[in-house]
Amino acid sequence: MVEAVRTYVLLAGTWMRSAAQYPASMVMLLLTQAVSSSLDLVAILIMFAHTPRLGGFSLAEVMFLYSTSGLSFSLADITLGTVERLGEHIRKGTLDTVLLRPVSPLLQIATEDFNPRRLGKLIPTGTMFVVALTRLDVHWTPVRVAVLPLMVAGGLWIFWALWVLSAAWQFAVVDGKQAGNSITYGGGFLTQYPLSIYGRDVLRGLTWVLPLAFVNWEPALYVLDRPDPLGLPVFFRFASPLVAAALSVLAALAWRGGLRRYQSTGS
Amino acid sequence: MIEVDEVAKSFAVRRRAGLLRRSRTLVDAVDRISFTVAAGEFVGYLGPNGAGKSTTIKMLTGILTPSSGRIRVAGLDPARQRTALARRIGVVFGQRTTLWWDLPLRDSLTLVRHLYRVERSVHRARLAELTELLDLGSFLDTPVRQLSLGQRMRGDLAAALVHDPELLVLDEPTIGLDVISKATVRAFLTRLNEEQGTTILLTTHDLGDVERLCRRVMVIDHGQLTYDGSVQRLRETVDVDRLLIVDLAASAPPIEVDGARVVRTDGPRQWLAIPSDVNAAAVVAAVASRYEVEDISLREPGIEDVITRLYRTGVPTRS
Repeated sequence: MVEAVRTYVLLAGTWMRSAAQYPASMVMLLLTQAVSSSLDLVAILIMFAHTPRLGGFSLAEVMFLYSTSGLSFSLADITLGTVERLGEHIRKGTLDTVLLRPVSPLLQIATEDFNPRRLGKLIPTGTMFVVALTRLDVHWTPVRVAVLPLMVAGGLWIFWALWVLSAAWQFAVVDGKQAGNSITYGGGFLTQYPLSIYGRDVLRGLTWVLPLAFVNWEPALYVLDRPDPLGLPVFFRFASPLVAAALSVLAALAWRGGLRRYQSTGS
Repeated sequence: MIEVDEVAKSFAVRRRAGLLRRSRTLVDAVDRISFTVAAGEFVGYLGPNGAGKSTTIKMLTGILTPSSGRIRVAGLDPARQRTALARRIGVVFGQRTTLWWDLPLRDSLTLVRHLYRVERSVHRARLAELTELLDLGSFLDTPVRQLSLGQRMRGDLAAALVHDPELLVLDEPTIGLDVISKATVRAFLTRLNEEQGTTILLTTHDLGDVERLCRRVMVIDHGQLTYDGSVQRLRETVDVDRLLIVDLAASAPPIEVDGARVVRTDGPRQWLAIPSDVNAAAVVAAVASRYEVEDISLREPGIEDVITRLYRTGVPTRS
């Protein structure tokens, strides 16, 4: 594990250095990324200009949900987002060369093209997180404070697993990137809003089938001291790590199975 | 170094059969082949396109899992111990680079150093040596995408050798290279094999590679090994016609002579095929006595002809 992190940093570092050869372009891209991510915030503000509540949640609460999901999602995207290129590697036959190196293909593809511009997404989301915290009307107990970093970490872990799952899916369906994206990007988008706005049936699906409710919704209900619309017991507010672990096992199995089934391309 | 025992690999190929139905057939890319390669050997692995060469190489390197049979490379099971094996072997695919397209060659080699965990000081010495032998100096700082094919190939070779592997596997390393680049690569490989004792397995369509480099040849066709032995014995084993080129004084109908037949005519020039069990001198004498000949020459079969013949007919391996 330590070794994997070390290799990750070394590889990402090499890519960063080569990106840094064009500093102007790097800064521009970082800013563009930051500005385009900030536009989402504008959309929320416009919505709240027309309604005081969204799915029963105030502006500060929606900002809280939006930014916690956003932080988890951006961190996962930054660290692992490029694994969605697996299908491309399979099609072009470049996965072969990746497999010839003594490092996990996951690490190699995840660090590919690692560029500081990816960090751009974190700036608006991080800012929104801080603003939401200052405006929330919450009685801050030590447990609530402790849940904050844990929920971002749990969400990050879930998104990691989803990203690997959607990549592994491309072993079976080489041009399955779009379908995979609907889980990762779609999941990132869904969880930015209070899940109550989607109705009970969707909420059930997001709890039991595709457990996106555990990214931030369930722990946020605890932090914001809200009842669960599905009436699930308190245990569920803290179940994110378990869900993440289960998803990770699933992702690992899918990834390994995919590698084993891999047929390479002609040449 | 390499042990292959009854190894087979079949692929499921889906074909369209009707509007919605797809039929699924199994194709044997490699059909129960066995061979061993000892440490220090330089082996050529030949076969027409689609014969199973690349599939074999991909199984040897752990990219593909064999359908059945047993493989050991450097004592490891490639499919199960792929990463451990990767540290001990070097692989070059002539058709595709293992370098990072957008990075300068030097950075690519640094990445490779990290991947293989080569000590900085060892890497520096090794890189200096490879730079000299492969003449990399002039393009070390050029992004890989701007390199010529010959330069890229040399870069790829360097990348495959940074960690000083025991076995080097080359898949068509001279494909598309000009004469000079080919010569550089060949000289380098010979030296690597002779001086450092690196075992080399090479697939190629370039028979010059085989004649200049390999002491042993294996030929695979339709997934089966059709020949395994020395280059010399391959020539002797396979019956190939010699070619007699006759320039007559004037255009004439095809020459009729015992033991040979005309395979091509072009004005006064005629080509005659002489089977290996016929005395060529007798044919030459017969032609010269009955026709007015300006010039005559006999061409011994090249390795190309031997291999072409082998691909077409196949020859059972004699021991």
